[in-house]
Amino acid sequence: MAVVTVGITVQRNLFAVVVLFGAYSFLMATVLVALDAVDVAMTEAAVGAGISTVLLLGTLYLVRKEEMKPLHRPLLPLAVAVATGAVLAYGTLGLPAFSDPEAPIQRHVAPRYIHDALRETGVPNVVTAVLASYRGYDTLGEVMVVFTAGAGVIALLRRRRGGRKEDRQ
Amino acid sequence: MNIASHYSYWATIFLTVGGLYIVIARGNLVKKLIGLAIFQTSVYLLYIAPGKLIGGTAPIVSARYEVYSNPLPHVLILTAIVVGIATLALGLAIVVRIREAYGSIEEDEIVAADAGRGERE
Amino acid sequence: MRDYLVLRVIAKLMIVFMLVFALYVQFHGDFGPGGGFQAGVIAAAAIIFYAIIYGLPAARKVVPDWLVETMVAAGVLLYASVGVAGMLLGGNYLDYFVLHADPVEGQHRGIFWVEVGVFITVAGVMLKIFYLFAGRPGEEEEGK
Repeated sequence: MAVVTVGITVQRNLFAVVVLFGAYSFLMATVLVALDAVDVAMTEAAVGAGISTVLLLGTLYLVRKEEMKPLHRPLLPLAVAVATGAVLAYGTLGLPAFSDPEAPIQRHVAPRYIHDALRETGVPNVVTAVLASYRGYDTLGEVMVVFTAGAGVIALLRRRRGGRKEDRQ
Repeated sequence: MNIASHYSYWATIFLTVGGLYIVIARGNLVKKLIGLAIFQTSVYLLYIAPGKLIGGTAPIVSARYEVYSNPLPHVLILTAIVVGIATLALGLAIVVRIREAYGSIEEDEIVAADAGRGERE
Repeated sequence: MRDYLVLRVIAKLMIVFMLVFALYVQFHGDFGPGGGFQAGVIAAAAIIFYAIIYGLPAARKVVPDWLVETMVAAGVLLYASVGVAGMLLGGNYLDYFVLHADPVEGQHRGIFWVEVGVFITVAGVMLKIFYLFAGRPGEEEEGK
């Protein structure tokens, strides 16, 4: 995935960038399956590699397909990005090791969800039970966000009656 | 602490930094949005990797398994993915409108066009 | 794309499978990975596939604009009404256990309808966004 990211950075043909992004999403979905996050992997594969690629290709159809050559050497942004990465890496030294059963994340609410979900909701898939029942408010908010995004895109891209040529002088 | 125990974090940080670099260093608006998407997916990894237990399985309760990976980050990231694509869709719609208004999607050209318009007014 | 015979035949087979798979993912989300979001996206992808192969006007005839816009709003309404129903039957907003005499069965019902609401909205929004992006005239027609 690192190789694909570097490729996206360097590549200037936008169509190739979109294809690389689709490959990146699939690789991310594979990594997520390896991390036992099957729901998330399915969503990432469907959304990232499917819908995102379609929307990006649709946008490319409407705009130019090549990227301009950068005017100045991007040394300052590179320094900023690397500095941010170094600070983040220093911060991770305090985090628990990978797959540590004693880590705080495994202690508080998660054992209760895993233990009680089947008994209280009758749904073996703990993720669905938590998403729809224990944390139902959050899912309501998320559906609202999706709805708002749809409404926003409609407001931005709707064509008036009579065609667009009349509001462009 | 050795390399293997924290490797997942460093891989995540590499992707984060890569996404951040694309957002700040590239002028093309579509590429910026793709960099933002890469940044977002690296954050998903940041949340899900600590939830994994080696020897565990997906958090679907079954009689055959005893150890499950933590379902809580899965729920949060599921929401985050959907919000991410909502953001991407809106961003792309704005890019299309910018293209129609300015004739270009390069940041430098748009800023120059705005400066030119500002001087004329 | 209409002229590519292989694509058309394969599309006819795959779109049916994709729609059925979307319904499977939706209703099997209780027992395996899946649920409303994944199913909505897969269903939208099936219709988008149809639109790519057979053209946007044909897809507009199958799933017209008013239907898509209704879907976008109906899912959110369904979700919110499940919450209100919980309130009317005695519990707090979005309480599921009051929906049936047996609280576990009430949870089942609540989760089912909530996921259907999510499915409808997600599929509607993805499809509507695609219609809007694909419905604009492209660069070649703008005279540039």
